[in-house]
Amino acid sequence: MTLDQIKPGSHCRIKKLSIGNKLGQRLMDMGVYSGIKVKVLRNAPLKDPMELELDGYCMSLRHDEARFVEVEVL
Amino acid sequence: MKSGNILVALAGQPNCGKSTVFNAVTGASQHVANYPGVTVDKKTGWLRYNGSRFEVVDLPGTYSLTSYSPEERVARDFILHEKPAVVVNVTDASNLKRSLYLSFQLMEMEIPLILELNMMDVAEKRGVEIDVKNLEQRLGVKAVPTSMKNGKGKAELLLAIEGVAFQNDKRQSVRIDYGALEPYIKDVEDQLFQDTTIGTQYPLRWFALKLLEGDEAVSGLVQERHSRAEEFLSYVETLRSKFEERHAAAPEVHIAQRRYQAAEDIARTSIINLDPDKRTLTDKVDGVVCHRFAGPVILVGVIWLLYYLAIVQGYNLTNYTWPLLAKLRSLAESLTPAPGFIEIPLLRAFSLWFIDSINALLNYVPIFFILFALISILEDSGYMPRMAFIMDRLFGRFGLHGQSTLPMVLGGIYVGGCAVPGVMSCKGIPDERSRLATILIIPLLNCLAKVPLYVLLINIYFAAHKAWAMFFISTISLLMVLPVSKLLTLTVLKDKETAPFVMEMPPYHLPSVRGVLGRAIERVWLFIRKITTIVAAVAVVIFVLLQFPGLSAERMAYYEDGKDKAIAKFYKKIVKFPEHHTVLQGGSLMEMVNYWEEYKSAKMMTQGEEAMAALQGKFKSRNEDFFRIAQPQSKDDKKVNREFKKLVKARNKLLREMKKERIDNSFLGKLGKSLTPVTRYAGFDWKVNVALLSALAAKESSVATLGALYQPDESGQENQTLEQRMEGDSEGFTPLHALALMLFMVLYPPCLATTIAVKVQTGSVKWMLFSMVYPMFLGLSVAVLVFSGGTALGLTGLQAMWAFYGLALAITIAMGFVKNKTQYV
Repeated sequence: MTLDQIKPGSHCRIKKLSIGNKLGQRLMDMGVYSGIKVKVLRNAPLKDPMELELDGYCMSLRHDEARFVEVEVL
Repeated sequence: MKSGNILVALAGQPNCGKSTVFNAVTGASQHVANYPGVTVDKKTGWLRYNGSRFEVVDLPGTYSLTSYSPEERVARDFILHEKPAVVVNVTDASNLKRSLYLSFQLMEMEIPLILELNMMDVAEKRGVEIDVKNLEQRLGVKAVPTSMKNGKGKAELLLAIEGVAFQNDKRQSVRIDYGALEPYIKDVEDQLFQDTTIGTQYPLRWFALKLLEGDEAVSGLVQERHSRAEEFLSYVETLRSKFEERHAAAPEVHIAQRRYQAAEDIARTSIINLDPDKRTLTDKVDGVVCHRFAGPVILVGVIWLLYYLAIVQGYNLTNYTWPLLAKLRSLAESLTPAPGFIEIPLLRAFSLWFIDSINALLNYVPIFFILFALISILEDSGYMPRMAFIMDRLFGRFGLHGQSTLPMVLGGIYVGGCAVPGVMSCKGIPDERSRLATILIIPLLNCLAKVPLYVLLINIYFAAHKAWAMFFISTISLLMVLPVSKLLTLTVLKDKETAPFVMEMPPYHLPSVRGVLGRAIERVWLFIRKITTIVAAVAVVIFVLLQFPGLSAERMAYYEDGKDKAIAKFYKKIVKFPEHHTVLQGGSLMEMVNYWEEYKSAKMMTQGEEAMAALQGKFKSRNEDFFRIAQPQSKDDKKVNREFKKLVKARNKLLREMKKERIDNSFLGKLGKSLTPVTRYAGFDWKVNVALLSALAAKESSVATLGALYQPDESGQENQTLEQRMEGDSEGFTPLHALALMLFMVLYPPCLATTIAVKVQTGSVKWMLFSMVYPMFLGLSVAVLVFSGGTALGLTGLQAMWAFYGLALAITIAMGFVKNKTQYV
């Protein structure tokens, strides 16, 4: 399962980033790495982007970008 | 002995309070510029401490030190090449674990490092306790807890900086163990050591790590420094794939993973978070602010408030500041040679033009001040990322970015914005491609200066459908801007760097008055400094184009003749009043004219009976005889006054005619005429061309120039409005012409102030020129399409208007479905 499919309000754990490059690096720099727990807080009013909470802070990313993050639902 | 400039750099992640630290440490002695080649701010400040002079550089806030964004490149290159004596790593103590990710990267660069645990007050409030001793030991770096907002810990920080700078504090920072990657690092390190001199200039281990991470900038350095670069780099590449094969993770992923593990590990032993799962206030607020229905409503409210305070109230404020600028102008008027009856000395004309150009810009200062203060509030409070969050989907479809919202609102999504603050507020957009697209389309929105022409044309040609025409012109710009932006991002901006949207939503935070005002003043000052010089240069060029080659001797003689006739007529009329006749002999006549002009303009600027009396007293004491004519008392005075007014009127008419002829004759006028073979397809005659060309400096002048060209020719026309004169003068100018002209105005090249803002924001003359040229072609194409197309189809102005509206709407919707190439995938 990938992060973009997670419903707002659910928790999940990151399994793997399936992209290197700029996006992958950026996600890692922002604290998205395998093993960490993530809560999907909400989608934007127009459905995209989405807001996450991880490790005590919030970030947003587009669904297109969340596609590259493999997760398991908790 | 302590002397010389000691370089100190501040590094840290965004939202860690780095600016507060910078301001607290350097106080008022700071300087903002751009790093060469990029539009990232370079803040430098100075500090004296115990007899040493420290130069403090505030590096851009970054989460990491890769080479993917300009900010990261700048921060990294600065540390690598400028080799600061001390780097202070500012961290948010309430969120220390995450900050360590950057700290480790700094440590790997083998620089003298101090870890500043800032925002200790916030940490305490959140129940976070930090074992500083243990932390220092685990990292091998000096740690200083501070709360710079309250000035706590500043003394300790300065002491630590001094200690590290003079090497009283020699510590070896601890290395992260990269586990399975270690043999690979060792291998690359060894080879670099054997084959190159890289080790003498860069930290070897760091260099090896970067190569294994696949960092392009570092590979580039190898290309320069290694004799067999290709071979070596392909060897590194095989190492990378070998590692990935064996460990099911790319080296860069593995590296990040190990860093976070190390951070986790340290956090476990030295950070105690008493209440980690508390649902924060921020999350609760976001529940409302980013809510599906409430969110957009709040956004519209915030935007309206911003627009109202900055643009509307800001313009009101200019009513108070404008007189100050006007004084500057009158000062120049009094210092330059006085005008003759019909001869305006070149120096005077030029000085006034020059000051008018600068004043037109300085007039924006109050607007900017309010605007920059409000933007600072939005930034500091944390609302800015939420705004982007809400709008990103819509704007993203057109190659823009969520953060394009604010600039577009300021630029005038509806009628009445101003492109200069719009462009200036593009700074924060992280995605280079979207940022450039936003900067380039903002001038096509409806700024306040375009409105007079719209109103003029609508009043003449769409009088029966005023409301519809206003609606059309107010909304059409958005329907053209969105497809244009999409087009730009698909073509000229196609290869520009894009950045992932991934963005922190920082906790909400009450902005401090000091911080907000400080930043507003700083930005206004930067604007003034950068803009005035360039404006000065361009003003000169346009002046020359409008002024030269000037009138021929023959034509001058003609006007001289007109002048002599007017004066002779005046003397003949007042010969019956010998007293006045004597007073106004010879040079005194011109003196009287100037006295009269001054008195008239002084009277216009004076309000209230008392002030008026004082003014009259002043002028009376200056010259009682002149005053009797200017402010007539007796019957004779009144008669002379009437004759004198006629003379002034005759003079003004001559001046206007000369001005018109000079413009006709000028390089710009000739250009206007030479353009007619093309512009006639858009329905523009040469007068319109000249008006449009003169509007290059400021759009307000389009109507003014039309006014000069369609001036009252005969006495009967004098009381007609410009509307009536234009209607009467230009036969065959139909609503269709007017529509083409209005659409051209929408797509008109940016005014002088805006082009300079574009230059400042893009850091490139090339983009500045592009921003001037492409709207011209676009505008002309649209005008030709509407005019020639409309003529061919036999449409009326109104029909053409709606046909075009439908077309623009259809194109906008269609363009929304075209996919942009995302480079990071």
